[in-house]
Amino acid sequence: MVNITIDKNNLLVPEGMTILDAAKSCHVSIPNLCYMEELNEIGACRVCAVEIEGRERLVTACNNVVEEGMVIRTNSPKVREARRTNVELILSQHDSNCAVCVRSGNCSLQDIANDLGIIEVPYKKTLPHARWTEGFPLVRNYEKCIKCMRCIQVCDKVQDLQIWDIANTGSRTNVDVSGNMRIEESDCALCGQCITHCPTGALRERDDTDIVFDALADPEKILVVQIAPAVRAAWGESLGLSRDFASVKRLAAALRRVGFDYIFDTNFTADLTIMEEGSEFIERLGNAEDHTFPMFTSCCPGWIRFIKSQYPDMLNQLSTAKSPQQMFGAVAKSYYAQVLDVDPSKIFSVSIMPCTAKKYEAGVPVMNSAGAGQDVDVVLTTREVERLIRAESIDVRYLPEEELDTPLGSGSGAAVIFGATGGVMEAALRSAYYLVTGENPEPDAFKDVRGREGWKEATFNLAGTDLRVAVASGLGNTRRLVEAIRRGEANYHFVEIMACPGGCAGGGGQPIWDGQELAGDRADVLYGLDKISDIRFSHENPSITKCYQEYFGKPLSHRSHELLHTDHSKWELNPTLWEYDK
Amino acid sequence: MSRLSIITQDMAQATVEDMYKDLERRITASPPGLCPIDLSASFLKMAHAQTCGKCVPCRVGLGQLINLMEDVLDGKGSLKTIDLIEKTARSIYNSADCAIGYEAAHMVLRGLEGFRDDYLEHIERDRCNFSLYQSVPCVSLCPAGVDVPGYIALINQERYDDAIRLIRKDNPMPLTCAYVCEHPCETRCRRNMMDDSINIRGLKRFAVDNAGNVPLPEPAARTGKRVAIVGGGPSGLSAAYFLTLMGHQVDLYESKNHLGGMLRYGIPNYRLPRDLLQEEIDQMLSLGVNVHMGITIGKDISVVELRERFDSVYIAIGAQIDKKIGLTGEDANGVYSAVDILKDIGDGIYPDFEGKRVLVLGGGNVAIDVARSAVRLGATESNIIYRRRKADMPAMKEEVEDAVAEGCSIYELASPNSIETDEDGNVTALWVQPQIVGRISDGRPKTSDARENPVRIPADMIVIAIGQGIETRDFEKDGIPVRRGLIDAWSTADVKDIPGVFAGGDCISGPATVIQAIAAGKVAAANIDNYLGFHHEIESGVHIPEPSLSDRVPCGRVNMTERLVSERIEDFDLVEKSMTYQEAMQESSRCLRCDHFGFGVLKGGRTERW
Repeated sequence: MVNITIDKNNLLVPEGMTILDAAKSCHVSIPNLCYMEELNEIGACRVCAVEIEGRERLVTACNNVVEEGMVIRTNSPKVREARRTNVELILSQHDSNCAVCVRSGNCSLQDIANDLGIIEVPYKKTLPHARWTEGFPLVRNYEKCIKCMRCIQVCDKVQDLQIWDIANTGSRTNVDVSGNMRIEESDCALCGQCITHCPTGALRERDDTDIVFDALADPEKILVVQIAPAVRAAWGESLGLSRDFASVKRLAAALRRVGFDYIFDTNFTADLTIMEEGSEFIERLGNAEDHTFPMFTSCCPGWIRFIKSQYPDMLNQLSTAKSPQQMFGAVAKSYYAQVLDVDPSKIFSVSIMPCTAKKYEAGVPVMNSAGAGQDVDVVLTTREVERLIRAESIDVRYLPEEELDTPLGSGSGAAVIFGATGGVMEAALRSAYYLVTGENPEPDAFKDVRGREGWKEATFNLAGTDLRVAVASGLGNTRRLVEAIRRGEANYHFVEIMACPGGCAGGGGQPIWDGQELAGDRADVLYGLDKISDIRFSHENPSITKCYQEYFGKPLSHRSHELLHTDHSKWELNPTLWEYDK
Repeated sequence: MSRLSIITQDMAQATVEDMYKDLERRITASPPGLCPIDLSASFLKMAHAQTCGKCVPCRVGLGQLINLMEDVLDGKGSLKTIDLIEKTARSIYNSADCAIGYEAAHMVLRGLEGFRDDYLEHIERDRCNFSLYQSVPCVSLCPAGVDVPGYIALINQERYDDAIRLIRKDNPMPLTCAYVCEHPCETRCRRNMMDDSINIRGLKRFAVDNAGNVPLPEPAARTGKRVAIVGGGPSGLSAAYFLTLMGHQVDLYESKNHLGGMLRYGIPNYRLPRDLLQEEIDQMLSLGVNVHMGITIGKDISVVELRERFDSVYIAIGAQIDKKIGLTGEDANGVYSAVDILKDIGDGIYPDFEGKRVLVLGGGNVAIDVARSAVRLGATESNIIYRRRKADMPAMKEEVEDAVAEGCSIYELASPNSIETDEDGNVTALWVQPQIVGRISDGRPKTSDARENPVRIPADMIVIAIGQGIETRDFEKDGIPVRRGLIDAWSTADVKDIPGVFAGGDCISGPATVIQAIAAGKVAAANIDNYLGFHHEIESGVHIPEPSLSDRVPCGRVNMTERLVSERIEDFDLVEKSMTYQEAMQESSRCLRCDHFGFGVLKGGRTERW
């Protein structure tokens, strides 16, 4: 332990503690911008610079540790001047047109500038040239980048994809796609983790709300919307609602007021996915000699993009089942059009996802199985939906909860946990057990695969067979797991992969809270919903049973294959609809 | 894939490395007088290119500093701009992560202090205080303003005698300078921008060695004015030469046995052969100077009396008395002052160093000369004790290298503590206190006592060469103003408040260089001439060849070669060899002729007469 003084506080803190943490421990807040715990402790913005008695120059609090007897001042004239100057310098190269920025009100730079009372920047405004690929689901605005390097660090250290790098040198140092590539030439998985860790509006998803408004304005269109499991755990965060209050039913009420015709739940097709994928797995197990194990889940498009670019030789190990989003789109424009007795082309299918890669997935040219254009017309992230609600001036605080529509608005507890890492595996095992044994297991029998750990494994006995399963979330963990499998050091029958740490709950399309990782809190909501759910097995969802009876027959049927399965090798990573903006 | 690989330099990086060297040399050759704000903004631009881009102060801040400084340079600044520059630079200095940022900002802060006036001039009057004033670097940097491009061109045409005539216009001692000049002319040679400076002194040496006897010009008609010169060193001799050429009668007073001052009593024969020096002096005096040897002004004749007897007096007594170091045992047998030893050697009395362990205290040229002389006089050891580091020695680098080559060792970072003696009072050893190099102040690192015990260095003889002082007492007594041990004179050589009395050379500056002494003599001659009511002009009458129009391609500099160490330490004969004809022709053709190409053709290119 070392004795230090921070401003007026005398403290005893552990050796090796950073000045920033020591200050936090006595409620002295030191402003910072680039700092990201464990991932980005590089002292780049110099906003957290503090004065240490006896030293002429300042030191950064985020990446320097306390020393015995240190006397630290966080608000000395020297600190005040340097902090303010550095923020002014950042602003001099930042497009501060906050009124038209998606991050206005949730921007660390804006906060600091406001807190410091900066109302004028004395320096010449110099903004870099901005060139980006129009239409790509991930949008980079160079003029808003403050070069905090967090996106580089998240992509390197968490996702292990090295999409971002420092570009150019000297005064023109910037952050850009590594290897002088354009984003569409890169291996970007579109996980969106760089977006959720960006302190400003330099990174965002492609905004598709306008397309939804256009569809809403078209009287011919029937607007069908699906809400992904993880969305219900997060959509109210930025609207200032508690997790209890911001239920999926209240979201349904809000969406009805926006003007959507039918409010459905992706949970429905999550259950459908379990039926198809679970059956496929049991089928593969039964014909083990024809298949390479493990079988991988296929519901995460970030993971699909990852395996396609990193391990294309393993594509045949993916379940052929489409993701719940795409199953929903296909069902909406086939089965549901039949239920409604309308021309499928009148159906405009919207999905609300915690995800940026879903925008890519919906646009993959082969995702048009129902024959009425793309099965999913538009994907909105949780953040876009929040903006949509705000744009419509809907005061959610005064909305009642409203039921979702039938039949595609129902889902089991097994479906809702799709939104957390391990959830797909658990849901699949619950139904696989039933499919193999004919009876239900204890619903929580497979809870060993829960939790935020990046790489989990478990063995379960399924009718006398030991089933080895693994769950990974985050692409860095995924790479470690896949490499271990390839080296023969790990052997599994079934593996669930989610590209984002913590699964969809921590998805790249979820609300942004600088400095906080909320995947765990959101997952708790989902497991809570599962626990109180009347139906906890996908195969027991009555709408699913009805859907098979009326339309698909049985899992892995011919129609299932047409509408609910896909050949991932036919997915283009770079559809030509994106154009490089010259 | 292999885990590690050797990093090899690619072509781009190799080219950049070359560029760095080019840049370094270019800065060396930078002409003085450039706008310091423009220069700092340019340096800042380079510093900004060096930023790794990680941190805000450096990546953004340096660029904004450049913008603000450009505003000042473009006349768009206000007094507030200075404040903002200062605040921004201070913030960068205080909060940058590494030296790339904070040292760049420090440069700006220093500039705000060092040339604030220029900032103000730009802001208030939209003008720069500075202007290019050294159009031909070598000429500008030669204290005597010798026409360097002119004589190099003459050498290239094999007109060695004209080269000597041209040099003599400004410097009447071409031979001496050919051998021992410190050649400040070479430091900012524009040729540095291509490869390396011209070996100017070497070319002068070639001219001197090959010109034969070049007759002196005819003096002007007698004026009837009489000038007394005190001191027969380079400054006094130069003044005597020019004043005689101008038609004045000069009487030169020298207290020692020979003329030449430190040229004879400081510089050993192996660097400047005494017979050649004497020939040069004799020729200068042949114009008709009255020489009075063995007379000490201030003792034998007072300066007041001299002033009464002559129309003007020039004091050029040099800096020839030794300084005491104040060591315990400094009066022991075997402790000598360098001044005394070199004086004896100058008079042909060689001290007995045979078989002795000799220690020389000091780091200047004199210390080196003594140490090298000791080697030649048979000392078994000749070591130099210096308080600072070898790199900090004021002695010329080549001299230090030669000394080491000849077997002298240098004890750096050793501060003399005390001298140990035996019971008969003979030197037995020197105790030194080891030093540690420390913080830099005024451009060079300070040293202080290291936390180590004193070290004993056995010795039979100790020579103290820690600098020379000026014998001012007798002059001060007679009313000549003295300030901090120096005779107080203006840069025009006028002694303050005493019309008709002039002073120059080491006695007003402290120990300096030959060429500075000669330049002082030249200045004194011109101003004495004016004082006496005349305006004689000195010119050479030599027509300078037109410059060659051939391409200047990069070419290595011809350096001087020396006699083998084993051979030269056996005698006091000349160490340095002359250039060959082939070398001299190549070297002289390297000259860029800045008198013709560049600014020199517009202004300041050539002074035909003065």
